[in-house]
Amino acid sequence: MFEFCTDPASLTGLRWFGCYLTTATHFSFYWSFGTVILLLLVTAPCALAFGFLGASAARSHVAPVSLLGRGYIAAVRGVPDIVFFLFFIIALDQGIEWFKHLMVCEDLSQPVWNNGEFRVCAAAKVPAGDAAPWVVKAYAFGLAVFTFAIVFGAFAANVLYGAMQAVPRAQLETAESYGMSHRQVFRRILVPQMWIYALPGLSNLWLILIKATPLLFLLGIKDAVYWARELGSAKTSGNNPFPHGDWRLFYFLALLVFYLLATRISEIGLTRLTRRLSRGQATRAGEEMRKGAAA
Amino acid sequence: MSCWETFQAYALRSLGYGERLLPREGYDLCQQFTLIGSGLIWNVYFGVLALFTGFFLANALALAKAGRNPWLRKPAEWFIFLFRGSPLFIQFFLAYEALVLLPKAGIEVFGLTVETAWTTRAWAGALFVLVLNTAAYSAEIFHGALKSIPKGDLEAADAYGISGWQKFRRIEWPTMLRLGWPAYTNEAIFLFHATTLVFFSGFPAFQQRGDALYYANYFADKTFNPFIPYPIVGFYFVLITLALIWLFGRINRRLNRHLPSNLKSRIRLRPQLIR
Repeated sequence: MFEFCTDPASLTGLRWFGCYLTTATHFSFYWSFGTVILLLLVTAPCALAFGFLGASAARSHVAPVSLLGRGYIAAVRGVPDIVFFLFFIIALDQGIEWFKHLMVCEDLSQPVWNNGEFRVCAAAKVPAGDAAPWVVKAYAFGLAVFTFAIVFGAFAANVLYGAMQAVPRAQLETAESYGMSHRQVFRRILVPQMWIYALPGLSNLWLILIKATPLLFLLGIKDAVYWARELGSAKTSGNNPFPHGDWRLFYFLALLVFYLLATRISEIGLTRLTRRLSRGQATRAGEEMRKGAAA
Repeated sequence: MSCWETFQAYALRSLGYGERLLPREGYDLCQQFTLIGSGLIWNVYFGVLALFTGFFLANALALAKAGRNPWLRKPAEWFIFLFRGSPLFIQFFLAYEALVLLPKAGIEVFGLTVETAWTTRAWAGALFVLVLNTAAYSAEIFHGALKSIPKGDLEAADAYGISGWQKFRRIEWPTMLRLGWPAYTNEAIFLFHATTLVFFSGFPAFQQRGDALYYANYFADKTFNPFIPYPIVGFYFVLITLALIWLFGRINRRLNRHLPSNLKSRIRLRPQLIR
């Protein structure tokens, strides 16, 4: 990074740290925080979409659709945390390969699961054996996002379902008396009003989502936890220009600070959002704001 | 090996009794149920002890946070924010790395040598983290409950001339528990779920003595088939959840026994997923 870094052995004090903290591997570490934030930003809308679909399905008047929605919510909520992550990542991976196996492979005589092995033909490998490294990375990341979205979607569905029930019945009846159809009531009355009821639950979920991101490590992605372990472990002078003892403690302290900051900033942001969404609502907070503006 | 023999060999494997090597062939349902069930002993151990110890700590923290003295309130607030604001996963890592740094030979205190090696083992170190973690979450619940004690109850106590410790013990504390109990039940359930993280974070499983998820992961790795071991773990945890709901429901009934039935607080399962 800096020109005086060419001979690390001669450095001391601040200069040593300046060079140490700007090595290529350290930049991978800093980028991995970006990965975490990217995951959050991609997963949150996906989970919300899953949740919206789930809640709408659970509210449906068609029995099988309603059953599907309720089943989805209940199944994911009933089973403990990381079991789902560990299960889904393998199940999805194998499911996709198995499906592709059925589509593209010529020889289907061999069973896919056999003697403790999972084997598909070479053409059915996902990602393909000769794929570029970034494709492999993107695929792993996509699987992780999908897993997070499914799990958190069920929780969001539960919150949104409750919020839809919480919109005052009179509002919907008024809309119906104006001659709106079911779909119109849903789109113009129910959905715009439900967010304020959903917000406490959703903000809780967002905070939980932030705290769930270290599980990326379990899904085999080189995230901040991976790099913290990698960089922090003791380095000898033989293979490393910057030898040091076991510093994992400090790396994990940095991670801890990152998560505490993320939590704190989100809390502040969510408080603002609550105020913004309360405007013009038929709730106590909305009423107080209306009176405050009039006074 | 018949199923009964498998049971004898592996039922207490997680504690170090029975067969030394983990199963290397077969991987039938009986094996998986036995070994994963054996691992469940650790989940119950962590859950029960952390819940019990954390309960007392949580009460103290909730009182400190609700108190007027800033020397007590500020540390309690920081403690709760620290443990609720960061992932348990990171807390485990951090605790393990910190405990490893303790001198291996032990610490000299007044001429006595205090052993430190045992703190890096999961049964002590992870339990310590879990106690602090559940204490922080429960303290927040109890603090909220403490704040929502009906004004009338406190005024009634004043009118009867009950004050100080008497008032706390007979009015405030039981009401706090009663109001906080449904949320505390959820906390208990998710503490048990959180125990599955222990052997996936910093703490190594000594001589392959792990918890339910550790063995489920072992089977999934060996058979490349996640569709059997993980649902077994799920099944066991559903059982634990039902047992907890039953137990906490009994306590809830007792806490609410003086109220007319329409005012009783009901326990509703509100999962928190991951902490």
